Amino acid sequence: MRARVLTVLGWVWRYALAALVLLFSHRRTVARERELPANTRAETWTASLLFAAALAGLAFVAIYAFDDADTQLLGLSIAVALALVAAGLILAASLVVPQETLEECRPAFADPTEEEEDVEDAALTLREGVDGVTRRRLLKAAGGAAGVGLGTAALAPLASLGPAVGDRLGASPWKDGVRLVEENGMPVKAADLEIGSFLTAFAEGADKEQLATSLAVVRVKPDELELPEDRAGWAPEGILAFSKICTHAQCAISLFRYPLFAERSPGPALVCPCHYSTFDVLDGGERIFGPAVRPLPQLPLRIEDGFLVAAGPFSGAVGASWGKVKEEG
Amino acid sequence: MRRVRRVAMGAAALLLGAFAVAAWAQSPSTSTSAATETATAASMAELGRSSLVGQGRELFETSCSSCHGFEGKGVKGQGPSLLDAGESAADFYLRTGRMPLDQVGDEPLRGEPRFDEKDIRALDAYVGSLGEGPAIPKVEPAKGSASEGMEMFTESCAGCHGIGGKGGVVIGGYAPPLGEATPTEIGEAIRVGPYLMPRFSEAQITPADVNSIARYVELTEHPEDAGGFGIGHIGPVPEGLVAWLAALAALLLVARLIGERAGDDRDDDEAEQPR
Repeated sequence: MRARVLTVLGWVWRYALAALVLLFSHRRTVARERELPANTRAETWTASLLFAAALAGLAFVAIYAFDDADTQLLGLSIAVALALVAAGLILAASLVVPQETLEECRPAFADPTEEEEDVEDAALTLREGVDGVTRRRLLKAAGGAAGVGLGTAALAPLASLGPAVGDRLGASPWKDGVRLVEENGMPVKAADLEIGSFLTAFAEGADKEQLATSLAVVRVKPDELELPEDRAGWAPEGILAFSKICTHAQCAISLFRYPLFAERSPGPALVCPCHYSTFDVLDGGERIFGPAVRPLPQLPLRIEDGFLVAAGPFSGAVGASWGKVKEEG
Repeated sequence: MRRVRRVAMGAAALLLGAFAVAAWAQSPSTSTSAATETATAASMAELGRSSLVGQGRELFETSCSSCHGFEGKGVKGQGPSLLDAGESAADFYLRTGRMPLDQVGDEPLRGEPRFDEKDIRALDAYVGSLGEGPAIPKVEPAKGSASEGMEMFTESCAGCHGIGGKGGVVIGGYAPPLGEATPTEIGEAIRVGPYLMPRFSEAQITPADVNSIARYVELTEHPEDAGGFGIGHIGPVPEGLVAWLAALAALLLVARLIGERAGDDRDDDEAEQPR
């Protein structure tokens, strides 16, 4: 810690000293020992690349402003911006900034009378450092623009957080009377589901992209069920429906195990393929293994003319825990 | 009750057979009628079947009944009842060497079959005769469509077995790789739901769908690797890893090239006039 502070102080001291020397030394007009030609064309190119990078960054913001922004375009604009910055920096490093190799002479023994001259020499060296670049302000402006462009592109997505989210995450198409349909839109017949079977179902007429739409429907023997008392009647003929979205990281739950011989095997459960969170289906989706914290939300069902229909909303919030959802459990 | 009927039918078949033989022996000069011939064939088949069931029963008593109980009624805490397991379940478990288990409670895993073809058929017939379980399905992958099969497989199988059929884990058990499974075994497993696997009715996965799934699984055994390297066919994680490694190497190469270019310039300067 102490060593680091000393290093930083050392840097500060060196820059302060350089500034003092530049301010207070006389400007010698002697012919310089060397001439470094400025590469003005390279400077122009570098500046235009950086300005283009700024434009690409702003293009990201513009695309992001659309509600149904194409994520591929977003990625492309950021990629172009970063590539342009990289190209500009490579160009600057190899053509704009002077490249030369110098040999430093062994320092002569110090003579106290020459101290003032040493200071002048140091000032000259520092000034020579700016040789070879003519349009500093243009380059500075270009670099600044690229920084601003990329910076706004990086910060713009913050607008998606916080209050802007609204109740989009909590929205659910499920209420009493909504029919369950298969992926092809056909209503789900209760009789088609074998005991020990599972099926992915959706809410009739709802957007399949919506988080709460998809269901994992399973069927067990009715006498196996150990549902809590307030959920009696939620599973007609042993058919249970759960949200297909894992409460840990919102992966789609696509694994179902159903033992052929329950006495000697693990019980029926839904398993998430991402991190193997495992939910017991018999007691209403309680977590029995894995990183998920909350139980899987259950959807009450009833059978209407042989077809499966929701009998109410989910038992809990669908998807990963966040904000209030976590507190409420 | 079923057994009584079966024994009665066997006896009837025997009588019929004897009668047919007698009839044939008594009238060697006249041609036998078509009706009699059909009756004979049918009764012979029934006879063969019941004797197969008898053989199977004997084998079952010696090899299976300690866990599955007398007449396949099951033993509490040892093995399940096989009354409605059907020929399909018996055939699947015996042909893949999953039964008999070394130890009660083990997960049944694929191995060398413990019985020969004749014994397996006998046991299949016997277990099938116990109740209303599913018969051995006739699976013809040639009649299926690989693309429909892939769709069905994605929806109902890939969660555990992986989209490439390379197997996986469901907490509490393995989902085996499907490389060695024959089309018939695939059809049987879909209906039986062995160990922890779910099972599917014919309304959910029709026999035509089973053909398609079997065709797709055959395809996964010899996948066409467009890139030339399948990376185990276990999905996007290893593929992403390889992409990262390749990108890392490419970046190093670019950095090296940029560095070399700068190095060349420096050499030129030095050659000019070192001061």
